[in-house]
Amino acid sequence: MRKFLLRIYPWVIAVLVSVGGQGLVYSLPSSDAQFLAKLGELRDATYADKEKIIEELGASGHPNVRAVLRAMLEDRLYFRNNDQNIFLVKSAAQGDSTSLDLIDPLTLKGAGSASIDNLTEIGINNHLRRVCETTLARFGLSNPDASVRLDAVKEIEKSLDETNVALLREQQAVETSSRVRKQIAIGLALAALNDQSDSKTLRAAIATLRGNLDPAVRIKLEGLLEKSPDGSYLESDAEVRADAAAAIKSIDHWRTFFSSIETLVFGLSEGSVLVLIAIGLAITFGVMGVINMAHGELMMLGAYTTYVVQVAMPLHIGSSVLVAIPAAFIVSGLTGILIERTVIRVLYGRPLETLLATFGISLILQQLVRSIFTALNRSVETPAWMSGTLQVNDALSMTYVRLYVLIFSLVVFAMLVLVLKFTRTGLEIRAVAQNRAMARAMGVRSEWVDAMTFGLGSGIAGVAGVALSQLTNVGPNLGQAYIIDSFLVVVFGGVGNIWGSLVGGMCMGIVDELLEPYSGAVLAKIIVLVALILFIQRRPQGLFPPTGRAAESQ
Amino acid sequence: MTTRRRYTLWVSARRDPGTRWFLGGLVLIGVAVPVLNLAVPASSPFHVSSYGLTLIGKYLCYALLALAVDLIWGYCGILSLGHAAFFALGGYAMGMYLMREIGPRGVYGNPILPDFMVFLNWKKLPWFWYGFNHFGFALLMMLLAPGLLGLAFGWFAFRSRVTGVYLSIITQALTYALMLAFFRNDTGFGGNNGFTDFKDILGFDLRSDGVHDVLVVISAVVLGVSYLVCRKIVASRAGRVIQAIRDSETRTRFLGYRVESFKLWVFVFSTVLAGIAGALYVPQIGIINPSEFSPINSIEVVIWVAVGGRGTLYGAVAGAFLVNYAKTLFTTSFPDAWYYALGALFVLVTLLLPRGIIGLIPNRARTREADPSSSREGVGIKDGRYQPHS
Repeated sequence: MRKFLLRIYPWVIAVLVSVGGQGLVYSLPSSDAQFLAKLGELRDATYADKEKIIEELGASGHPNVRAVLRAMLEDRLYFRNNDQNIFLVKSAAQGDSTSLDLIDPLTLKGAGSASIDNLTEIGINNHLRRVCETTLARFGLSNPDASVRLDAVKEIEKSLDETNVALLREQQAVETSSRVRKQIAIGLALAALNDQSDSKTLRAAIATLRGNLDPAVRIKLEGLLEKSPDGSYLESDAEVRADAAAAIKSIDHWRTFFSSIETLVFGLSEGSVLVLIAIGLAITFGVMGVINMAHGELMMLGAYTTYVVQVAMPLHIGSSVLVAIPAAFIVSGLTGILIERTVIRVLYGRPLETLLATFGISLILQQLVRSIFTALNRSVETPAWMSGTLQVNDALSMTYVRLYVLIFSLVVFAMLVLVLKFTRTGLEIRAVAQNRAMARAMGVRSEWVDAMTFGLGSGIAGVAGVALSQLTNVGPNLGQAYIIDSFLVVVFGGVGNIWGSLVGGMCMGIVDELLEPYSGAVLAKIIVLVALILFIQRRPQGLFPPTGRAAESQ
Repeated sequence: MTTRRRYTLWVSARRDPGTRWFLGGLVLIGVAVPVLNLAVPASSPFHVSSYGLTLIGKYLCYALLALAVDLIWGYCGILSLGHAAFFALGGYAMGMYLMREIGPRGVYGNPILPDFMVFLNWKKLPWFWYGFNHFGFALLMMLLAPGLLGLAFGWFAFRSRVTGVYLSIITQALTYALMLAFFRNDTGFGGNNGFTDFKDILGFDLRSDGVHDVLVVISAVVLGVSYLVCRKIVASRAGRVIQAIRDSETRTRFLGYRVESFKLWVFVFSTVLAGIAGALYVPQIGIINPSEFSPINSIEVVIWVAVGGRGTLYGAVAGAFLVNYAKTLFTTSFPDAWYYALGALFVLVTLLLPRGIIGLIPNRARTREADPSSSREGVGIKDGRYQPHS
């Protein structure tokens, strides 16, 4: 039954339209020739004629109607002067373009290009734009794909005039997908709020809209509670008002809930970068007892590596990030090992001097980058597969980049844990961290382990740089901006403890994100710092203090 | 009596050639610079220009700051990476006085509010600006502001036994947070631009060379007196405990000394010195802004001390002069190379010259207590976490 109706419906409309206008000849079956002929009429139609043609096109049910109408909306519909053929063009004409790439309206494939002098645009005005949009929506409603129909319904709900409401009613009768039906019900309820309906209809409509998070719904509901200038309510029925107030309350409740989830995810993704930086610091501190002030600059090197890789492979932006991850690990890791062999090794047993020397290295690295890449910020392009937003519902949306960074850092963390736990090197690293002298006595080459640890920590910093390059611009001061925060994470989590760094980093990110709306970014930092100093009063060894014999050496 | 004298190691200037050289040099600067500035005509090659005068005044203030850092780092093992914060606080206190001193001569001509407040459309003076029109009160605040912050910070930090690199990181975070706070317009300290355009101090025109000469002399005198006080402190009984803390904190605690109190008082004293340095710095340079709080400034101070030779006091002063002179030369002729040079200085000094340039001087006369090399091993045991650590 439904299929039949679906098939017949466009024809009904087409017949109706054509009876009023041009005659029966246009309601013939939608062959390609018909479609082309109809398109051809657009060439020298008046705006009024164009409106009819558009509606007839919509009614024709030809699969390419959507593409053609879209092109028309975006000023991409032309005809060629010499042969009067209609073409879509790939992108709208810019001020300086001399020729346009053509697309055949039947095959929707490229059809060469033509000089702009040989093309005439099929013009459109605002009224026609609306007609186009509505026609597209109607066309969408007849699509067999439920999600296309859903989008069409949402599009229609943006302008709920009588024809559109009628359209929704018709669709409601034949719609099978429950999602689409629900959306239609919301649209009809919204429409009901628009009219001067009786209390019963209004209350039913409010009941339907309860829990809907679309901002438009809330605005409509608020309209019911408005007062006229003399103080009396516009809506006379108190029960309706009570219902509306309750519905608004429940909407607000859900909105707060979802916005706190959003804050949480934001904070976690902010924190995950800190975690990546801090775990590198934590393992080098845990094993060697030195703080590497150049750690932030190693991260900066990783970010610049991402930039260089991207510049080197401009045609494969999507995969360049994947190439950059190992590249950054190697660049930063090798730099780290170099630092360890030349400077840190010599300063064993003097942690404060190590701190100073590595700070000197960080100055040199920064200036080096400034000399090579200039002091200007470079922007790393986000690959297409990472851009975009995940729209969970009307109140909750997250950018994919943040989600990817969060997942990425958790994966890196998990890999580090696995390396430490299940590999020979990991075992040796843990042994040296626990008791260097004893480990040496058991035949562990502690010098080699130091170099490996430093390389590993630095490599992770480099990988953190790759993640950070997707979130912010890359500049010579990138490292400095994050290093103090990551030090605080390490101190908060307990020095030398990677689980502490994980929890500490995530907490830091969330707290920052929570405080920011109330106190501004700067004050949030200060509050975090003061809180941390107070926290250290209670737990001088951080969140996860070392236990057992290790604790005694503190 | 004789034994006690030997053990308290009170080093008189007579028996310590370093101190003699230092004080001699200081007197030379204090006398020669003003004379060469005022009495020698500008055409003479010996004339000290106004620029040179400002430069020398700046170096003297930096030297005082370096002295403060050396006192806690060289003698007590506290590596503060945030001492520029105390310096800047002293400077801001002086700046607030100088701003009030401008009075109605500002661009907007408001007799009470400094220009930036008028600009930000503030209607009345914030409470913490009250009293800064009196020099005496401002002077008190120059000592109290850094001192109280040092007291509060030190009390928290030392009581919970935050030591070694932890402490360094927290001090760095402290100055970083203060920098962020002072950058804000609504903190009430002129935001980004800080204070500048000072007119006079105690009624003396700040743009005249004569006043700068006096300021240089005052700086030299303050530096000399501070040096002697520091000398006295490190040679006293308390000074010996402080050095014991540097060498082995745990052992000192087990011997029954209240380590926290000793550390706290020497730290607070050092922050006050830093504050005085800042207060002397501002009228000579003529500007104070939040970038003084930036962490790199504090770390630069540490490198002055390291270059000069820590744990000697006069070494810190020599280091401050040398590095800053180098900085002046570099930044005017090869600005890009300065960071390479500074970075290399950090690395090379820590690797090759652990005792600084003072360590290069053959040391028949150098006193034993001033030799940090004897303490290196101890420092390593204290906070070198080679030892087990999960």
